[in-house]
Order: sequence, then structure tokens, then C-alpha cells
Amino acid sequence: MAELLLDVQGLETRFKTPEGIVHAVNGVSFTLSEGETLGVVGESGCGKSVTMLSCLRLIASPPGEIVAGKALFLGQDLLKMAPEEIRKVRGAKISMVFQDPMTSLNPVMSIGQQMAEPLLLHMGMNKEQARKRSIELLELVGIPNAADRLKDYPHQYSGGMRQRVMIAMGLSCIPQILIADEPTTALDVTIQAQIVELVKRLREELGMAIIWITHDLGVVANIAHRVAVMYGGYIIEEAPVKELYANPTHPYTLGLLGSLPKINASERTRLYSIEGMPPVLYQKPQACPFAPRCTFVQERCWKENPALVNITPTHRVACWADTTSGSERL
Amino acid sequence: MNSNNNEVLIRVENLVMHFPIYRGVIRRQVAAVHAVDGVSFDIRAGETLGLVGESGCGKSTTGRTILQLYKPTSGHVYYRDQDLTQLKPEAMRLMRREMQMIFQDPYASLNPRMTLRDIVGEPLMAFDEASGKEIDRRVADLLQLVKLDPDFAGRYPHEFSGGQRQRIGVARALALNPSFIVCDEPISALDVSIQAQVVNLLEDLQKEFNLTYLFIAHDLSMVRHISDRVAVMYLGVIVEIANSDVLYIEPLHPYTKALLSAIPVADPVFSETHQRTVLQGDVPSPVNPPSGCRFRTRCPIADETCALKQPEFREIKPDHFVACDKI
Repeated sequence: MAELLLDVQGLETRFKTPEGIVHAVNGVSFTLSEGETLGVVGESGCGKSVTMLSCLRLIASPPGEIVAGKALFLGQDLLKMAPEEIRKVRGAKISMVFQDPMTSLNPVMSIGQQMAEPLLLHMGMNKEQARKRSIELLELVGIPNAADRLKDYPHQYSGGMRQRVMIAMGLSCIPQILIADEPTTALDVTIQAQIVELVKRLREELGMAIIWITHDLGVVANIAHRVAVMYGGYIIEEAPVKELYANPTHPYTLGLLGSLPKINASERTRLYSIEGMPPVLYQKPQACPFAPRCTFVQERCWKENPALVNITPTHRVACWADTTSGSERL
Repeated sequence: MNSNNNEVLIRVENLVMHFPIYRGVIRRQVAAVHAVDGVSFDIRAGETLGLVGESGCGKSTTGRTILQLYKPTSGHVYYRDQDLTQLKPEAMRLMRREMQMIFQDPYASLNPRMTLRDIVGEPLMAFDEASGKEIDRRVADLLQLVKLDPDFAGRYPHEFSGGQRQRIGVARALALNPSFIVCDEPISALDVSIQAQVVNLLEDLQKEFNLTYLFIAHDLSMVRHISDRVAVMYLGVIVEIANSDVLYIEPLHPYTKALLSAIPVADPVFSETHQRTVLQGDVPSPVNPPSGCRFRTRCPIADETCALKQPEFREIKPDHFVACDKI
């Protein structure tokens, strides 16, 4: 039985904005075990990045505030740790790779300096050791002439190479959990495929658990063991990857999968489109947040918000409608 | 959708677009970015031609050069037998009624200080198509066409979401009843569920007004969905053109094969059973493209002969063109 690494329970995060309080995360619970890859899928603004940033306490406060919940990392609550304790976790035991490699690297520091920073800080290495380790890491992620390229600056790297550097930095302290926030979104498909294969290889070599945040249902199918779909600050469906794609149950998941063009289909059909827009939640929803866009909506959906319940031991859904006729109705 | 027998609306011949690089005190030209380096293709009336490739391969430049937004270095673009590259500026300006563009970034392509009425009505004013109350009426019709509430005409772009803004861009492009529209990555900035809305809208409008699209994108599965034929670009040249189903089922050029194999398929069983061919390395710099075949530095089947001459772009099967000597 794989060890439980991360156990998040009832996480709620809000942001104060001039327009009102935005309820970004409204009670999210999930777990992550050793060696497992969890895909977190959702559209922009659904709370997927904020959930992960909250776990690492990287939410700027103000305007952000974590109002409820626990995030247990090996039994210790990350949300209650003292600042110096959580600093030892961040980057060392749980590290994060950010979406945009153009803006998350410091343009006035060389790649070598930036890579050495966590090594000096967390691993207690000296400069020479850090340099050697940085070269190893760059080679690991497939940067040619790694030793020469350490003194280059980020603008001298291509987008795909910068993303590799970000991943190398994320891996530098051999974390137990790697959180990758849309690591391939800004990249071309060929480079994206390189990065996905790289992460899969590293996962096997280093045996770490991964949380892969994305809006791309194709990438998730390739890399995740288990997938959580988020909408309006909630997880609305969660299942092992094959189960989710074979048996999508929440109307939103059905809609997302239906809106993808089928690359293998021989005939062309009209794409299913979910009408309307994702909500911005100025109040904690009292009804199902997806109700205004849902094709299966019932009376009850406007009055209560369905809880995430198990429909099989591994498949959780927050919807009470019978969606078994799903694909035909779309 | 079936356009095999239709007339050719746009004919591109040997189009070249080099952007000079200047250095030094006297701004001497030291090199050039070979953004587009001799592309030729036809777009038939009523069809959608997809144009795909990695970033920096010259696909957007091709679209813009066709519309004469850049003055091409050499080559010709014919619109119904008229050579656009030879037209005087005023004649070209009048020609623009026929050909419009939808831009990638729905945030940057709408002036934040103009209302929807001004944005969508501007083309009508610029060509004296309408004035006064007539503009209001036409703008309301256009907004309705793209499924926006005509009462929004007095609002500003910041009040709308990405998908709605892209609809505004579509309404503006349609204002003058064009016959040809260059869609430059119109959906890549949008969320998945919104992408389908915009693609469906573009398809409906095409049917209603018999529009011809050049659909530029890097999302290969969406391109297959919307296009009748697809052209694949690599480093300033077109390496393969074919009917979209043929291209996706039987790609011939090694680059097309690699590109298609890289598409993440939303099916975990499929991805478990299929080995992907992953291209190594990055696209070379377009300032000094490799000699001979440009893809040879990353090509799995290249040998020394590939460096000698640029492969001929030839028709291997009816309507299926490939630039590779190894096939």
C-alpha cells in the first residue's frame, strides 16, 4: 500500500477584490499517494491553481485568505506551520513548476545562479557542488552542452528549454511531490510531447508523486493515474483516468469531453458546446454552480449544491442527475 | 464543405517574406529572418484551408502577407485573378472589403476606448457603407449574427469575456460582407468549452455566407475538425498539403507524421497502447535555415543527400502534395 503523502480536507480560499469577495476555492478535498500522478482539470478561474498555491501557502494575503480546511503533508498541517517550517517544505519536499517559463525565471540572473539557489538553500551544498548538480540536472532534462549553458541568461533559451529548466529546478532537491501548473500550455505540441515523456521518465526514475494542473484533457489522459475535474471552486468529479474517460458522469465532464474534436473520427460531427460562461463566485454558491449551463438541470439543482459522493469506491461525482444517457443527449 | 470542383479564390505563388535585421551605426542589413520562403498554394472558394505548424514557422506571417499587411519580398498573391502585390494602395484599400482577418488575442485586438458600436461600425464608416441610424441597425444585425445581445452596442470591450470578445472580432470582420477571412489562431486564447462555441459559430457563418477561410492554428485536432484541406508549414516552407482526412490518416512527410503523433489524444487507453514518435530538439533559427531540406536536422529518415538541395514540392497522389525526396 502506497503511503499517503498529501491529504487536503475542506480547503476554502477567498480573495477580496474591489467588486466583492471572490470565492475561489469552496471546500476542496483530495488525497495524493506516493508515486501517484493526479491530474487536475478545469477552465481558467475554476480554482485549480489557487487550490495548489493555497496548500503551499503561496497566496498573497491580502487580498487572498485561506478561511478553512487542512492540508496534511505526511500528517503535518501545512496551513498551520510556522513560516520557517513551511519554507523548508517548499522547494525541498514539495516543489512547484509554474505555467509561464517566460515570466517565472528571473531575466537578470543566469540559469546557473537560479538553479544553484535551492541547492545552496535546502541541500546545504557549496557553490562547486551546486554547479555540478545543476549540470547533472540540466542533462537529466535534456539540455545539450549543459556545462556551457549554465552561464546563459533565460532569453538565450527557447521556450521549451526554459520549461525544462523550470522542471530541472523543481526537481533539484528531489521533492516527494512535484506540482506542475500548466507546464506545457505555452508550448508547441512537439515540445509538449517531449516534456510529457520527460516527466514520465523522471517519475519512474525518481519515484515522486505529481500533481499536474491543466485544461488539456488530452495531456491528462497521457500522464495521470487519477483525474479531478474542477468547476466553480469545487471538485465536481474524480476518478481513475480510464474510468473517467470511459464513464464520465458529471454533465460538465461530459460537456468538456464532448467539446473536443475527435482526432480519430472519420466523419465530421458538430462539436458539442457548453453554452454560457464559467461563473465568478461573489457568494459561496447555495445551488449547483454548473446549473445555469447544465442540460440535465432539475428543480433541486437550483436549491441545493450536490455533495461529492462516491458512485463506485474510486469514482466520486457531485451531481444527482442520471446522466447515463449522457453522450446521446449532448 | 465539398469544394473540390470550386473555383480558386486565392492563389499564392512563390510567396517570400524576409524581415531584414539591421546592425551597427549605419544600420546596415546584416541578415534576414526567412519567415516565409517560397510558399505556393490555392484556396478554393467556400473551403477552409487549415495552416498548421510550430510557433515561428511562418504561418501567421503567411496569412498577413496574403492580405498585404506586409509587403512581400517577392512572389504573387492572386485574388480572383487580380494580383494583390501589384495593386496601388487605394485599389488595395478598396479590395480589403473582400478580405478580412480575425486575430488571435481577443484582448489586444479590440480598442479598449471604443464601444462595440464603434468597433463593429468602423468598417462601415471607413467604406461609406452606412451612416447615422443605418450604422446602429447594421451593428445590431451583426451582433445578433454572432449571438451577442444587440443592446450591448454601447458597452466597452473590458465588459466582455474572452469568448464574447472573439465574437466581437468576428462581427467586425463580417461587417463588409467579405468573401475571404484569415482566422489567425482565433481560438487558442480561449477556454476549452468556449473554443467549441466559437468554432461552431465560424462554421455556421461559413455555411450562411459561403465564406472562405484560411484557418491558422497550432491545435491540430481543431484544425482537422474545421478544415477541408490542411497545409503543414515548417520553417517558412510548406512541407505537405492534402485533404484533411487524408493528411490525418495517411501523413506522408516525416514532419507531419511527428507532428500528428505528438497530439495528446484524450483517451487513456489509446495513449497507453500507442508509442509516440517524439521529435528531438527545437526548430532551427529562421535566420540561418539548414541547407537543402529544412527539416533534415530533426528528421528520422534524413541522410547526407538531404543537405544538398531543397526537396521539390510535388503531387504524389491527386491533391496530395509533399516536399520530401525520400518518399
